[in-house]
Amino acid sequence: MAVRVQEEDFDPTTELDALSAGRDDIGALVSFTGLVRGGDVSEMVLEHYPGMTEKALEEIEEEAIKRWPLQGVTIIHRVGPLPPGARIVFVATASRHRAAAFEAAEFLMDFLKTRAPFWKKESTASGARWVDARETDDAAAARWAVE
Amino acid sequence: MKLLYFAWLRERIGVGSEEVSPPQGVDTVGALIEWLKTREPRYEAAFAQTAAIKVAVDQEQTDFNASIIGAREVALFPPVTGG
Repeated sequence: MAVRVQEEDFDPTTELDALSAGRDDIGALVSFTGLVRGGDVSEMVLEHYPGMTEKALEEIEEEAIKRWPLQGVTIIHRVGPLPPGARIVFVATASRHRAAAFEAAEFLMDFLKTRAPFWKKESTASGARWVDARETDDAAAARWAVE
Repeated sequence: MKLLYFAWLRERIGVGSEEVSPPQGVDTVGALIEWLKTREPRYEAAFAQTAAIKVAVDQEQTDFNASIIGAREVALFPPVTGG
Protein backbone atom coordinates (compact mmCIF):
# COMPACT_ATOMS: atom_id res chain seq x y z
CA MET A 1 0.00 0.00 0.00
CA ALA A 2 1.56 3.28 -1.01
CA VAL A 3 0.56 6.90 -1.52
CA ARG A 4 2.98 9.38 -3.07
CA VAL A 5 2.74 13.07 -3.97
CA GLN A 6 5.72 14.16 -6.03
CA GLU A 7 7.02 16.55 -8.68
CA GLU A 8 8.99 13.86 -10.50
CA ASP A 9 7.58 11.65 -13.20
CA PHE A 10 6.89 7.97 -12.51
CA ASP A 11 7.09 4.83 -14.60
CA PRO A 12 3.81 2.85 -14.70
CA THR A 13 5.57 -0.41 -15.58
CA THR A 14 7.95 -0.11 -12.65
CA GLU A 15 5.04 0.66 -10.33
CA LEU A 16 3.03 -2.35 -11.54
CA ASP A 17 6.03 -4.66 -11.22
CA ALA A 18 6.59 -3.42 -7.65
CA LEU A 19 2.98 -4.26 -6.73
CA SER A 20 3.28 -7.89 -7.75
CA ALA A 21 6.98 -8.57 -7.10
CA GLY A 22 7.64 -11.74 -5.14
CA ARG A 23 3.98 -12.72 -4.78
CA ASP A 24 1.86 -15.45 -6.30
CA ASP A 25 -1.48 -14.54 -4.72
CA ILE A 26 -2.32 -11.79 -7.24
CA GLY A 27 -4.39 -12.69 -10.28
CA ALA A 28 -5.26 -9.21 -11.48
CA LEU A 29 -3.41 -5.92 -11.77
CA VAL A 30 -5.37 -2.88 -12.95
CA SER A 31 -3.94 0.59 -13.44
CA PHE A 32 -5.08 4.01 -14.60
CA THR A 33 -2.72 6.75 -15.76
CA GLY A 34 -4.02 10.30 -16.20
CA LEU A 35 -2.25 12.60 -18.68
CA VAL A 36 -2.27 16.36 -19.31
CA ARG A 37 -4.49 17.05 -22.34
CA GLY A 38 -3.01 19.46 -24.89
CA GLY A 39 -5.15 21.42 -27.32
CA ASP A 40 -5.09 25.07 -26.28
CA VAL A 41 -3.37 24.24 -22.98
CA SER A 42 0.37 24.94 -23.04
CA GLU A 43 1.01 24.05 -19.39
CA MET A 44 -0.85 22.74 -16.36
CA VAL A 45 0.19 23.64 -12.82
CA LEU A 46 -0.94 21.36 -9.99
CA GLU A 47 -1.25 22.97 -6.57
CA HIS A 48 -1.99 20.94 -3.44
CA TYR A 49 -2.32 21.13 0.34
CA PRO A 50 0.81 19.45 1.71
CA GLY A 51 -0.02 17.29 4.70
CA MET A 52 -3.73 17.06 4.04
CA THR A 53 -3.21 15.70 0.54
CA GLU A 54 -1.33 12.65 1.77
CA LYS A 55 -3.88 12.14 4.54
CA ALA A 56 -6.82 12.37 2.13
CA LEU A 57 -5.21 9.90 -0.29
CA GLU A 58 -4.48 7.46 2.55
CA GLU A 59 -8.12 7.68 3.66
CA ILE A 60 -9.29 6.95 0.12
CA GLU A 61 -6.90 4.00 -0.06
CA GLU A 62 -8.14 2.65 3.29
CA GLU A 63 -11.73 2.96 2.11
CA ALA A 64 -10.93 0.92 -1.02
CA ILE A 65 -9.22 -1.78 1.06
CA LYS A 66 -12.31 -1.97 3.26
CA ARG A 67 -14.63 -2.40 0.28
CA TRP A 68 -12.68 -4.82 -1.91
CA PRO A 69 -10.31 -7.73 -1.27
CA LEU A 70 -7.11 -6.04 -2.47
CA GLN A 71 -3.57 -7.37 -2.27
CA GLY A 72 -2.06 -3.99 -3.04
CA VAL A 73 -2.81 -0.37 -3.91
CA THR A 74 -0.59 2.38 -5.34
CA ILE A 75 -1.64 6.01 -5.70
CA ILE A 76 0.76 8.57 -7.19
CA HIS A 77 -0.15 12.20 -7.91
CA ARG A 78 2.24 14.71 -9.40
CA VAL A 79 2.33 18.41 -8.47
CA GLY A 80 3.95 21.49 -9.96
CA PRO A 81 4.14 22.55 -13.61
CA LEU A 82 3.39 19.84 -16.20
CA PRO A 83 3.47 20.02 -20.02
CA PRO A 84 0.79 18.51 -22.29
CA GLY A 85 1.24 14.75 -22.53
CA ALA A 86 2.82 14.48 -19.08
CA ARG A 87 1.59 11.89 -16.61
CA ILE A 88 -0.35 13.50 -13.71
CA VAL A 89 -1.86 10.66 -11.75
CA PHE A 90 -1.54 6.91 -11.39
CA VAL A 91 -3.64 4.41 -9.47
CA ALA A 92 -3.04 0.68 -9.46
CA THR A 93 -4.82 -2.13 -7.69
CA ALA A 94 -3.88 -5.76 -7.19
CA SER A 95 -6.39 -8.48 -6.38
CA ARG A 96 -6.96 -12.20 -6.80
CA HIS A 97 -9.66 -11.56 -9.40
CA ARG A 98 -10.23 -8.81 -11.93
CA ALA A 99 -13.64 -7.51 -10.80
CA ALA A 100 -12.32 -6.19 -7.49
CA ALA A 101 -9.23 -4.70 -9.11
CA PHE A 102 -11.23 -2.93 -11.85
CA GLU A 103 -13.89 -1.59 -9.49
CA ALA A 104 -11.43 -0.46 -6.83
CA ALA A 105 -9.30 1.40 -9.40
CA GLU A 106 -12.36 3.27 -10.64
CA PHE A 107 -13.43 4.03 -7.08
CA LEU A 108 -9.97 5.38 -6.23
CA MET A 109 -10.01 7.77 -9.19
CA ASP A 110 -13.58 8.94 -8.56
CA PHE A 111 -12.86 9.66 -4.90
CA LEU A 112 -9.46 11.19 -5.58
CA LYS A 113 -10.98 13.66 -8.04
CA THR A 114 -13.59 14.87 -5.56
CA ARG A 115 -11.84 14.54 -2.18
CA ALA A 116 -8.09 15.05 -2.49
CA PRO A 117 -6.98 18.69 -2.20
CA PHE A 118 -5.44 19.34 -5.62
CA TRP A 119 -6.17 22.29 -7.90
CA LYS A 120 -5.31 22.61 -11.58
CA LYS A 121 -4.40 25.85 -13.32
CA GLU A 122 -4.18 25.83 -17.10
CA SER A 123 -2.02 28.18 -19.14
CA THR A 124 -3.32 29.01 -22.61
CA ALA A 125 -2.45 31.56 -25.29
CA SER A 126 -5.21 33.80 -23.88
CA GLY A 127 -4.00 33.58 -20.28
CA ALA A 128 -4.12 31.30 -17.27
CA ARG A 129 -7.31 29.95 -15.68
CA TRP A 130 -8.20 27.74 -12.73
CA VAL A 131 -9.99 24.59 -13.83
CA ASP A 132 -13.60 24.42 -12.63
CA ALA A 133 -14.83 21.41 -10.67
CA ARG A 134 -17.13 19.25 -12.78
CA GLU A 135 -20.53 18.03 -11.69
CA THR A 136 -19.92 14.80 -13.61
CA ASP A 137 -17.04 14.07 -11.21
CA ASP A 138 -19.35 14.53 -8.22
CA ALA A 139 -21.88 12.20 -9.84
CA ALA A 140 -19.17 9.62 -10.51
CA ALA A 141 -18.12 9.67 -6.84
CA ALA A 142 -21.74 9.60 -5.62
CA ARG A 143 -22.47 6.27 -7.27
CA TRP A 144 -20.12 4.60 -4.74
CA ALA A 145 -22.21 5.83 -1.81
CA VAL A 146 -23.02 3.14 0.71
CA GLU A 147 -26.71 2.32 0.48
CA MET B 1 -4.60 30.10 14.41
CA LYS B 2 -3.07 29.45 11.02
CA LEU B 3 -5.19 30.17 7.96
CA LEU B 4 -4.35 28.63 4.60
CA TYR B 5 -5.74 29.64 1.21
CA PHE B 6 -5.43 27.71 -2.04
CA ALA B 7 -5.86 28.20 -5.79
CA TRP B 8 -7.87 31.31 -6.82
CA LEU B 9 -8.71 32.10 -3.21
CA ARG B 10 -4.98 32.38 -2.46
CA GLU B 11 -4.49 34.61 -5.51
CA ARG B 12 -7.39 36.91 -4.62
CA ILE B 13 -6.33 37.30 -0.98
CA GLY B 14 -2.69 37.66 -1.97
CA VAL B 15 -1.13 35.28 0.56
CA GLY B 16 -1.05 31.49 0.95
CA SER B 17 -1.12 31.52 4.72
CA GLU B 18 -1.32 33.85 7.70
CA GLU B 19 -1.64 33.79 11.47
CA VAL B 20 -4.83 35.31 12.83
CA SER B 21 -6.44 35.78 16.24
CA PRO B 22 -10.20 35.98 15.70
CA PRO B 23 -12.08 37.92 18.38
CA GLN B 24 -14.25 36.20 20.94
CA GLY B 25 -17.54 34.99 19.49
CA VAL B 26 -15.99 34.02 16.17
CA ASP B 27 -16.25 30.31 16.86
CA THR B 28 -17.34 28.67 13.60
CA VAL B 29 -15.94 28.55 10.07
CA GLY B 30 -18.87 30.64 8.86
CA ALA B 31 -18.26 33.30 11.50
CA LEU B 32 -14.53 33.28 10.69
CA ILE B 33 -15.26 34.04 7.02
CA GLU B 34 -17.67 36.84 7.97
CA TRP B 35 -15.01 38.30 10.27
CA LEU B 36 -12.33 38.06 7.55
CA LYS B 37 -14.66 39.92 5.16
CA THR B 38 -14.74 42.89 7.54
CA ARG B 39 -10.95 43.16 7.66
CA GLU B 40 -10.10 44.36 4.14
CA PRO B 41 -11.79 44.66 0.74
CA ARG B 42 -9.64 41.88 -0.73
CA TYR B 43 -11.19 39.42 1.72
CA GLU B 44 -14.66 40.69 0.97
CA ALA B 45 -14.01 40.21 -2.75
CA ALA B 46 -12.48 36.76 -2.27
CA PHE B 47 -15.37 35.54 -0.12
CA ALA B 48 -18.15 37.23 -2.13
CA GLN B 49 -19.51 33.83 -3.16
CA THR B 50 -19.03 31.46 -0.27
CA ALA B 51 -21.13 28.72 -1.91
CA ALA B 52 -18.06 27.86 -3.99
CA ILE B 53 -15.73 27.63 -1.00
CA LYS B 54 -14.70 24.47 0.84
CA VAL B 55 -13.06 24.22 4.24
CA ALA B 56 -10.82 21.91 6.21
CA VAL B 57 -10.24 22.29 9.95
CA ASP B 58 -6.98 20.69 11.07
CA GLN B 59 -6.78 18.96 7.68
CA GLU B 60 -10.23 17.33 7.85
CA GLN B 61 -12.84 18.52 5.36
CA THR B 62 -15.90 19.89 7.08
CA ASP B 63 -18.55 22.60 6.61
CA PHE B 64 -19.22 26.21 7.60
CA ASN B 65 -20.99 25.14 10.81
CA ALA B 66 -17.86 23.46 12.14
CA SER B 67 -16.27 24.83 15.30
CA ILE B 68 -12.87 26.51 15.08
CA ILE B 69 -12.39 26.59 18.85
CA GLY B 70 -8.94 25.17 19.56
CA ALA B 71 -8.23 24.62 15.85
CA ARG B 72 -4.59 24.94 14.84
CA GLU B 73 -5.12 25.19 11.10
CA VAL B 74 -8.10 26.26 8.99
CA ALA B 75 -7.82 25.93 5.21
CA LEU B 76 -10.20 27.61 2.77
CA PHE B 77 -10.22 26.63 -0.90
CA PRO B 78 -12.30 26.20 -4.06
CA PRO B 79 -13.71 22.77 -5.01
CA VAL B 80 -10.84 20.38 -5.73
CA THR B 81 -9.85 19.58 -9.33
CA GLY B 82 -7.12 16.95 -9.14
CA GLY B 83 -6.77 13.67 -10.93
